[in-house]
Amino acid sequence: MTLPSNAGYVAAAYLVFLVLVLIYLAIMAVRLGRLEKQTGELLALAEREDAGGTRDE
Amino acid sequence: MVTYGKGLRPLAILTVLVLGGGIALALFYAPMDADQGFRQKIFYIHVPMAIVAMGGFIAGGIAGIMYLRTEDSKWDLRSYTWIHHALILALGALITGSIWAKTSWGHWWVWDEPTLVSFLIVFLLYCTYQPLRFSIEDREKQSRYAAVFAITAGAFVPLNFMAVRMAQSLSHPRVFATSNGGLPLKMQIAFYVMLAGMTLFFITLTKFEMASKNTRAQMGALRRRLGGEDGPARRSAAPALPTATEAGTA
Repeated sequence: MTLPSNAGYVAAAYLVFLVLVLIYLAIMAVRLGRLEKQTGELLALAEREDAGGTRDE
Repeated sequence: MVTYGKGLRPLAILTVLVLGGGIALALFYAPMDADQGFRQKIFYIHVPMAIVAMGGFIAGGIAGIMYLRTEDSKWDLRSYTWIHHALILALGALITGSIWAKTSWGHWWVWDEPTLVSFLIVFLLYCTYQPLRFSIEDREKQSRYAAVFAITAGAFVPLNFMAVRMAQSLSHPRVFATSNGGLPLKMQIAFYVMLAGMTLFFITLTKFEMASKNTRAQMGALRRRLGGEDGPARRSAAPALPTATEAGTA
């Protein structure tokens, strides 16, 4: 089976879209990592506050 | 409390299905164009990206009007996000258009073609949106000036589009021909499914972006409430969002 002529260009055009999606996926992954880190910090802050409250009592 | 991520999961699934189906239809169902041959398949991705990008710019302008009317920061966020994502799709449309031009005309870019140059002008115009926002430190002024920009530039988009349609095109093809028939039915089906998929893709990404920004704002508020350090204040082009408490008291 032979590929139609200009198949490379057509594939390149669809790859551009795929690359855009992949870049966005990478950005989302970075953001998720940052959110995870922030959630951990918030949890630590909340636990510290809880421990302080218990000590005060 | 405003939640931007509501319905994101079904929307994302629908986007994957429609866009995936659209690509399959474009490549395997739509017939080969008699004149263009296989390279015509580029239009199923290029044209929806260009149309959704222009729609996003116009929607950004409408959100700008809503912001000036209500001064509600959620409209500023919508305007910012819609324009931001429309710009990314416009870049995709420019690249895929260039690829088509190379295979069809033998050149990556043709400067005497009104459709190409006018789209480039719109793209470059919107490239100044982010730097404009970033250059204004006062958050209220930033939102207001950005809204004015979004409205003015948003009004320019359909005017530009109509002017180009009325001008005599040298060689850029018209997908929706006004005479001598348009696309055959099978091509139309593939095209409209791709257009719907690209629209859903745009909505999903913008919803995700808004939910992400809102979550970060809420996290910051929670951190302040728990007595944590906020970190150094950073200038940003993105809109400042009210937290749940601020929104409740406003």
